[in-house]
Amino acid sequence: MTTEEKYVAAAYLVVFLVVLIYVVIMAAKLTRLGAAVAELTELARDRKRSGEPPAKPAPKQVKVG
Amino acid sequence: MTALAVLTTGLLTASIVLIFFYAPVDADGLNQKIFYFHVPIALTSYACFGWGGLKAFLHLWKRPPGADLESYVAIHQGVIFGALTLVTGSIWAKVRWGTWWTWSDEQLVLFLVLFLFYCAYFMLRYSVDPGPQRANLSAVYALFGVVLIPISFMAIRLANSYIHPTVFKSSGPDMATSQLATFCVAWAAMLSLAYFLYRFELAGKKLDANLKELRELLA
Amino acid sequence: MRRYAADVAVLARKDLTLELRARDTLPAMLLFVVSTLVVFHFALPRHSSDLAAKGLLWVAIVFTALVGLTRAFVAEREQRLIDGLLLAPCDRSAIWLAKSIAVLAFLGVAEIVALPAYAVFFSGIGWSTIAAVCLADLGIVAVGTLLAAVAAVSRTRELILPLLFLPLAIPVVIGGVGASVVGSPARYLGFLCLYDAVFAIISWASFEYVVTE
Repeated sequence: MTTEEKYVAAAYLVVFLVVLIYVVIMAAKLTRLGAAVAELTELARDRKRSGEPPAKPAPKQVKVG
Repeated sequence: MTALAVLTTGLLTASIVLIFFYAPVDADGLNQKIFYFHVPIALTSYACFGWGGLKAFLHLWKRPPGADLESYVAIHQGVIFGALTLVTGSIWAKVRWGTWWTWSDEQLVLFLVLFLFYCAYFMLRYSVDPGPQRANLSAVYALFGVVLIPISFMAIRLANSYIHPTVFKSSGPDMATSQLATFCVAWAAMLSLAYFLYRFELAGKKLDANLKELRELLA
Repeated sequence: MRRYAADVAVLARKDLTLELRARDTLPAMLLFVVSTLVVFHFALPRHSSDLAAKGLLWVAIVFTALVGLTRAFVAEREQRLIDGLLLAPCDRSAIWLAKSIAVLAFLGVAEIVALPAYAVFFSGIGWSTIAAVCLADLGIVAVGTLLAAVAAVSRTRELILPLLFLPLAIPVVIGGVGASVVGSPARYLGFLCLYDAVFAIISWASFEYVVTE
């Protein structure tokens, strides 16, 4: 490959890499969220088992400021 | 959102195909192909900052509940695409003129200034505790950013005449129709990508907030 | 309208009187700018042009302004005066205008010392430089006062003010240096006027949102 072609390829590769890194970060976040949901489900199950009335309504949109 | 992802993938594939197989090689040489990504990324970055500014303005004016978060995510996308602009522009400068950086490329210098400005946005956001005041401060600063874009552009143009004359221009040359079509497809692809990433990140942040509330309700 | 002007006058006079009694910000700015000019002498190797020194003058002005701006809202923040100010029945933007006038006064006094010092240490100053300095001061103070209020609210305070301020100061430096070194400075002076007008309006309009919840 000529030098020019290498640079062009590098430019496109950089864009591709940034998007891929984004995907990786989101995958990590998804894993973390999955773990949090599992933990909270367990909490809710415990609540139900111990006979307390389920305390929470359906999750609603919350203002994040 | 799935539809949006499919659209983005389609547009990106189409643009790459067009860039490498359809658009004719320019007098400049192969390095002109970088232009097809570099300029749409830059324009998309401007669009993200503009969108962030719009959401900021809405937040200050009408106070819809999600506006601050949307403004933040839009500016985040703008910074990512801005960084990409700087990197692709730098690579292009290296190919064309042999240096990694050139102060006479006005668009690149403008992006450097904006990059500094919006990095400070994030520093500001992380140095104030979450709450309505942080939302207000971020919104005001985002609006300053939008105003800064044209002012900086004028300033940089003025600066070049006392620093050194503008020799190199990286703005699009007169394009043949096929090149213009390719460019437009690439631009649409980048806008679609930015919008998709914006919605993706917003969804993630809202999930975070919902989970936090759920945890507080259960604990 | 007259009520507004009266409010601004009262608030500005308060700041100026406080400074006259405490005498901490202004002497610091004066000493800072002269020290900076001396440092610049050592930063310019032999055969550096006059033009390089002119550019450095503007660096000195911007950083001296930062020194003054960092102190702008310190009293309000430390002694919780900002709550008292906000309870006062005046338009919030009057606070911004009054504070800007006070900082402008400090910066002006600092420049009255700095410009002759520069002329003595380096080279003479033309009318275009003086005009540019006057115009640039307005823009620096307008934007800087608003950002000082923003910084006062944040946790990192003095640390974040330069980060917020410098990107916005770049057009001012460009306008100022251009007017100082170029033969026909009209374009640069015009640009400084535009900057001042645009950012004064937007700072005036958005100050209210910075100080309220």
